[in-house]
Amino acid sequence: MNWLDTVIQGTLLGGLYALFAMGLAVIYGVMKQINIAHGDFIVLAAYLALGIVAATGLHPFLVIPLAIVVFGFFGYAVQRTILNRTIGGDILPPLVVTYGLSIVIENALQQTQSADPRSIKLGALETASVPLGGGLAVGVFPLVMLVTAIVVAIVLEIVFNRTRLGMAFRAVSDDREIASIMGVRDKRLFGYATAISFAVIAIAGVFMGIKFTFTPSLGPNFLLYAFEAVVIGGMGSFWGTLAGGIVLGIAQAIGFALNPGWGILAGHLVFLAVLLVRPTGIFARTA
Amino acid sequence: MTAASPRVERYSTGGRVGLVLAAALVLALLSGPFWLPSDAMRLVVQFACLLAMSQMWNLLVGYGGLVSIGQQAYIGIGGYALFVLANQLGLNPFVSVPIAGVVAALFALPTSRVVFRLSGGYFAVATWVVAEVYRLLVANISALGSGAGVSLTAMLAYDKGTRESITFWLAVVLLIVTTGGVYWLLRSPLGLALTAMRDSDIAAESQGVAVGRIKLLVYVLAAFGTGCAGALYFMNALRISPDAAFGMDWIPLLFFTVIIGGIGTIEGPIVGTLLYFTLRQVFGDYGAWYLIALGVVAIVVMIRFPRGIYGELAVRFGWRFFPIQRILREPK
Repeated sequence: MNWLDTVIQGTLLGGLYALFAMGLAVIYGVMKQINIAHGDFIVLAAYLALGIVAATGLHPFLVIPLAIVVFGFFGYAVQRTILNRTIGGDILPPLVVTYGLSIVIENALQQTQSADPRSIKLGALETASVPLGGGLAVGVFPLVMLVTAIVVAIVLEIVFNRTRLGMAFRAVSDDREIASIMGVRDKRLFGYATAISFAVIAIAGVFMGIKFTFTPSLGPNFLLYAFEAVVIGGMGSFWGTLAGGIVLGIAQAIGFALNPGWGILAGHLVFLAVLLVRPTGIFARTA
Repeated sequence: MTAASPRVERYSTGGRVGLVLAAALVLALLSGPFWLPSDAMRLVVQFACLLAMSQMWNLLVGYGGLVSIGQQAYIGIGGYALFVLANQLGLNPFVSVPIAGVVAALFALPTSRVVFRLSGGYFAVATWVVAEVYRLLVANISALGSGAGVSLTAMLAYDKGTRESITFWLAVVLLIVTTGGVYWLLRSPLGLALTAMRDSDIAAESQGVAVGRIKLLVYVLAAFGTGCAGALYFMNALRISPDAAFGMDWIPLLFFTVIIGGIGTIEGPIVGTLLYFTLRQVFGDYGAWYLIALGVVAIVVMIRFPRGIYGELAVRFGWRFFPIQRILREPK
């Protein structure tokens, strides 16, 4: 087994996990809530992209902008109609309601799309690779995923730290009541946050659909990967989340290389180890 | 002459009715093996196991404020512990049920060290990760049957009637220990601390409640009860596999029985479990649509009726069949 190659492949896979995680981090950062249906929305986005590709014959990459717009509005609607009703001091309602959404989405997909595994075909790009020398090569598509994750992290950092919208997000996150008094319309703002989260989910969903063969039941796994990447990275910056995704990707890649049954387990164990040793995350801005 | 001091009322007429009804039900159930057909007995065992798990989840979430969505970890550990104790170590399978609960509690101790580092929603998802870790570990151990699972071969030593009767009686004991145990616990001084914690951790701590230690105790107790229920459930099923034992299907079930029934009450999970079994008997064949409907009902109840069915009724009619409140009354 080639360790360097395993680490490189893991890093690239980590780009996808970072995309999973950043959508979750946006919602947690603003609303302090966890969307249990996060992974199911990723799977839903993949089915949506698959449907658009089948209907229009567009290249999957060209479907991404369309998916972002559709999912952005969808996220806003989900927040305003359902999730805003769970905002408050109690942690149970958001967990139960998003868990309920998770069950509804998974079974609705099961019913309408069947449990057959699907994937989004990318054509020649799927196997294209760039030689690195020394017998190593990286796939073009995994590289695209990692670069996209970096771009998304940059965009989210700018939105949260350099714009008025980001200022309002941070204000609501710090103290919802005071921010409301200062004129921040919190319920609409939560809608915007979920719209951003869902835009990232759309990107993640299309890439996931290309990378993996997927079924309606994979959502919970993706939620756990996203959550682990967020915690490993530590709250406070999207760079941390990106790094957390990469750590998780490498852990899984090494696990898989040792034994095909250990990949996901290795990721979980690294997460638990981080929790024991440094519960604020490896790259937390505030220790 | 000194003024009469106010008295603390701890019982209600409803509470006495509740105890009499519960005692009558237990007596009726104990004679079950002499008149119930075996499929009905299996159903009652399933009911008792789910109710026990629900009461434990209710204790954890409704009182301890520990929203775990990973209790399937202890269902699975309890179940597998029974199979190891009975099949591989040759212990009496019926005696192994409470020991399986102890094993689950022993696993809960180190697990709590990890998951207690997080709180709120993060705690919830971390408990789920832990349950997945246990599922994947078991699926990788060939001595435990790997992913395919194992059968409870130790049960071959007993004829069908003995096996079913003892399993059934154990289920009745499980009902008494979990529902009765939670009732007793909540009426004890510890229950007072738990109720205070449910309302506000910080306020409880300031009144001298050792919040951290009590949360740990509740977590371990819930693991014990859930482990016993898991062991009995898979004894009844005679077969266990990682996906059935540690699978994700358990949590929506507990959401349904506890939240739709009425969280933070002892009666709520009973109502919820009865309703769940009724719905399953009637609509269970509809598969995915049935699950979609359960998901929608959970969402609607959580948003519109967060007290659940029993909670709403109790508030409206002032019912208290298992009173755990201490009500201060004026002296007569």
